Amino acid sequence: MSYTRPTFRHPEQQKNSKGYHRRDYEGAISTLCAGCGHDSISSAIVQACFEMAIEPHRVAKLSGIGCSSKTPAYFLGKSHGFNSVHGRMPSIATGANMANRDLLYIGVSGDGDTASIGMGQFAHALRRNLNMNYICMNNGCYGLTKGQDSATADKGSAGKKGKPNPFESIDLCEIAIQLGASFVARSFSGDKQQLVPLIKAAISHNGLAFLDVISPCVTFNNTDRSTKSYQYVREHSEATGTFDFIPLQREILTRYDEGATQTVVMHDGSTLLLEKLEQEFDVTDQRRSVDKLEEAKERGRVLTGVIYVNPASKDTHDIIETTPRPLNSLTREDLCPGNDALEKINNSLR
Amino acid sequence: MEPIQSTNDFVIRFANVNGSGSASANNLFAKAIFRMGIPVSPKNIFPSNIQGLPTWYEVRVNDKGNLGRRGGVDMMVATNGQTLVQDYNELLPGGYFFYDSTRPLFDECDRDDIVEIGIPLTQLTNDAFTNPKLRQLLKNIVYVGALSHLLDIEFTVLTDAIGQQFRKKPKLAEPNIQALEIGRDYAKKHFNESCRLSLSRRENILQDSILVDGNSAAALGALYGGATVAGWYPITPSTSVIEAFERFSNIHRLEEDGSKKVAILQAEDELSALGMVIGASWNGSRAFTATSGPGISLMAEFLGLAYFAEVPAVVVNVQRTGPSTGMPTRTQQSDFIATAYASHGDTKNVLLIPCDPAECFELTADAFDLAERLQTPVLVMSDLDLGMNDHISRPFVWDDNREYDRGKTLTGEELDEFERNRERWGRYLDVDGDGICYRTIPGAHPTRGSYFTRGSSHDEYAAYTEDSGAYQRAMLRLDKKWQTAKTMMPEPHIKFRSTSAQAGNPLGALFFGTTTHSAYEAIDRLAEERIIIDTMRLRSFPCPQPAVDFIDQHEIVFVIEQNRDAQMRTLLIAEYGFHPDKLVSILNFDGKPITADFITESLKAKLAGRTGTDSSPHLATGGNV
Repeated sequence: MSYTRPTFRHPEQQKNSKGYHRRDYEGAISTLCAGCGHDSISSAIVQACFEMAIEPHRVAKLSGIGCSSKTPAYFLGKSHGFNSVHGRMPSIATGANMANRDLLYIGVSGDGDTASIGMGQFAHALRRNLNMNYICMNNGCYGLTKGQDSATADKGSAGKKGKPNPFESIDLCEIAIQLGASFVARSFSGDKQQLVPLIKAAISHNGLAFLDVISPCVTFNNTDRSTKSYQYVREHSEATGTFDFIPLQREILTRYDEGATQTVVMHDGSTLLLEKLEQEFDVTDQRRSVDKLEEAKERGRVLTGVIYVNPASKDTHDIIETTPRPLNSLTREDLCPGNDALEKINNSLR
Repeated sequence: MEPIQSTNDFVIRFANVNGSGSASANNLFAKAIFRMGIPVSPKNIFPSNIQGLPTWYEVRVNDKGNLGRRGGVDMMVATNGQTLVQDYNELLPGGYFFYDSTRPLFDECDRDDIVEIGIPLTQLTNDAFTNPKLRQLLKNIVYVGALSHLLDIEFTVLTDAIGQQFRKKPKLAEPNIQALEIGRDYAKKHFNESCRLSLSRRENILQDSILVDGNSAAALGALYGGATVAGWYPITPSTSVIEAFERFSNIHRLEEDGSKKVAILQAEDELSALGMVIGASWNGSRAFTATSGPGISLMAEFLGLAYFAEVPAVVVNVQRTGPSTGMPTRTQQSDFIATAYASHGDTKNVLLIPCDPAECFELTADAFDLAERLQTPVLVMSDLDLGMNDHISRPFVWDDNREYDRGKTLTGEELDEFERNRERWGRYLDVDGDGICYRTIPGAHPTRGSYFTRGSSHDEYAAYTEDSGAYQRAMLRLDKKWQTAKTMMPEPHIKFRSTSAQAGNPLGALFFGTTTHSAYEAIDRLAEERIIIDTMRLRSFPCPQPAVDFIDQHEIVFVIEQNRDAQMRTLLIAEYGFHPDKLVSILNFDGKPITADFITESLKAKLAGRTGTDSSPHLATGGNV
């Protein structure tokens, strides 16, 4: 069965300019682990759509497979959703967008979904500059299959099983810029102050807006060095001792200003140094944006904020010159050339 | 040995080198015969490379209108040194060997039962033209010119066709016509009495027929069927479906400002191509892709999603030989099991099976209606022979009163009406008891009708569930929908050839797609020998009831198909429970279109085996001949 929220809300709850309450943007109750960063991102999407007064039924939310891809069930409950197959969200979103260019498309994906099995579709959605928000909820591991390293896990970092990742990681923002995304940003799930405006900016953008959101996995980014690790809990928990016990944890929250650096302690006790881009940075300089990401990496920092924007962005429809009318609204009269035209075609074949 | 003598009934094969520009000359030859009103069936037998390897073009001419391959070659036009000896030896006794006599024939070419016609094509072309590239192309036109004399092709038909082909580049028409004249004049001077094969204009056979390839026809079907989104990935032999769709769309699908009423995207792979189709169909567009066997393998995952999530999708599958890469440019009917059950779990897909370009057009257009009515993938099962070769066909016809059948797709107003008159809408509620539910399109209604589409188990209201009961209800409903699908499938074409259907003829034959034409010819031949076999041309999977009845009505049904493993027979046994002994296979899987000779001989052998008069495999085995 599916979980739904109680319908009761405070009668004086604020409405937006289109007359919708914030609750109109909520979805079912999350079944992700307590403290999962993905829930914070869902909440930020709700907040952004509410504040922008987007009509919920004008949104299509799409995802692949994985923890992150479950989240469209937990926001925008009055929108159509599509939970496709692993790594294939971009092609479903592409087709949907081709059918109706007038809706808002929010694609949610994970780092496994995006950087491994779906890397091809991700890359090609970028280069086509599909008009959508592509949000990657990036936790560096595969949650639903219990903690394998993903392709975004840093080299040398140890997952749940304690074995350091021997391979180079993929920086999705750098790839996105290089492949032609017209809006690229990175954020942290717990920094709502930054994330909500970023989502709003992405919604306003014409073209593919890619958001890489670092989102800690409470359950599988624990290491055997952590007292909160799965193994530790199993060995030390007298409460259940069951295999599937997942410790309840608090969501990590943070807040800091542009140009500043913030140290965030993750669930496993490790730290993440977030550095928010300063306002003066020229985000329209593609090459400089990639340099900036690399420079931050060299200093052991994770750069956040809007990293690249192409202000002259043309989306897929613009590029292939489709009609401004949604294709799914065209009628037989618009589409079918009729028997007279067919007879001319027949004559050309005689 | 007397030379073969025949008017309007022979097989001519051109042996060329791939990439040498022979295709346009050979097409000109076939088109000229067509324009003389004579039934003609050209087939390319070509390698899967661009240049250098041998390629053949076989043209069958037949006054009776038999358009399948016959078998055997009456005249060979041999311009490829690599295959010269092989081509020489493949001629039927009494046949004609037309070759480039600029060089002498090989010593191995030593038959006294054929007629050799040597024309110095290279020398004639080199003497007349200086441009090396043009020489290569025009050498082929020179042999068409020579054939115009040898076979009595009306010369004005050829020159008119050249004029039409180069109407936008008239300067190119001149050397082509000159090349035709060079060939004709040389042949006229040297071979006045050499050939007893001839062509004679007919006025009443072809009527208003057209000559077209199946892929162009399927593309037109998609255009007329209302497809607005095509995601695709190039693969032989289906590529020209989308290329033709784009060509037609650039003429017929433009707004006044020049913007397009269609989105055609070349995807990064077949997975993405079908993903685009599913996304677009989910969002209310009619969408399709075209592919072949290897693409079907990649699309299997998405076919399962579309089946279980109940999203319409149209796939034109132009089959080629498998498994794996197989022979990419050769034909087969070997994707039936892979498509019928594509994807894991209990998945079943609807297949439509055209046999000629007119049906490629009609069934592709119908596929969009069926996909939306059934909310499921529908695959149009063409093949390389049908898709890439020209065929004489009924003309395309469209009923201007025909509306697109969007099935149970509710607009916002209809959703309100639904809930006023019936019950709370649920995406997977079987309201009508036919297994088909009502769907909504994103954005249709401001407050109602949204749901979550997923490949995971879901209840009647589209909510995720792992409840066993809900899952089983969904699967049984999908099976009910499959039963409903049987009532929507195109009727098979049945011919009872016995004097009365009730006479109880024990013998039936079943075939489908491009096997059809050779099968009809073979069964006609057997009828002349008083072996009467009733026939059924199947046009879909699942089979509608008349198809099942036909098999029930006969003691033995020969199943003629072009694959090794008797795939259609397997489907019939698996889905309808026929006794395996009842269905006897006639199988061809050499990559070339099946011939009437092969079917005739195979049927005779099976029948002889049945009566125990020779050592052919017993009918009951159903195995290969």
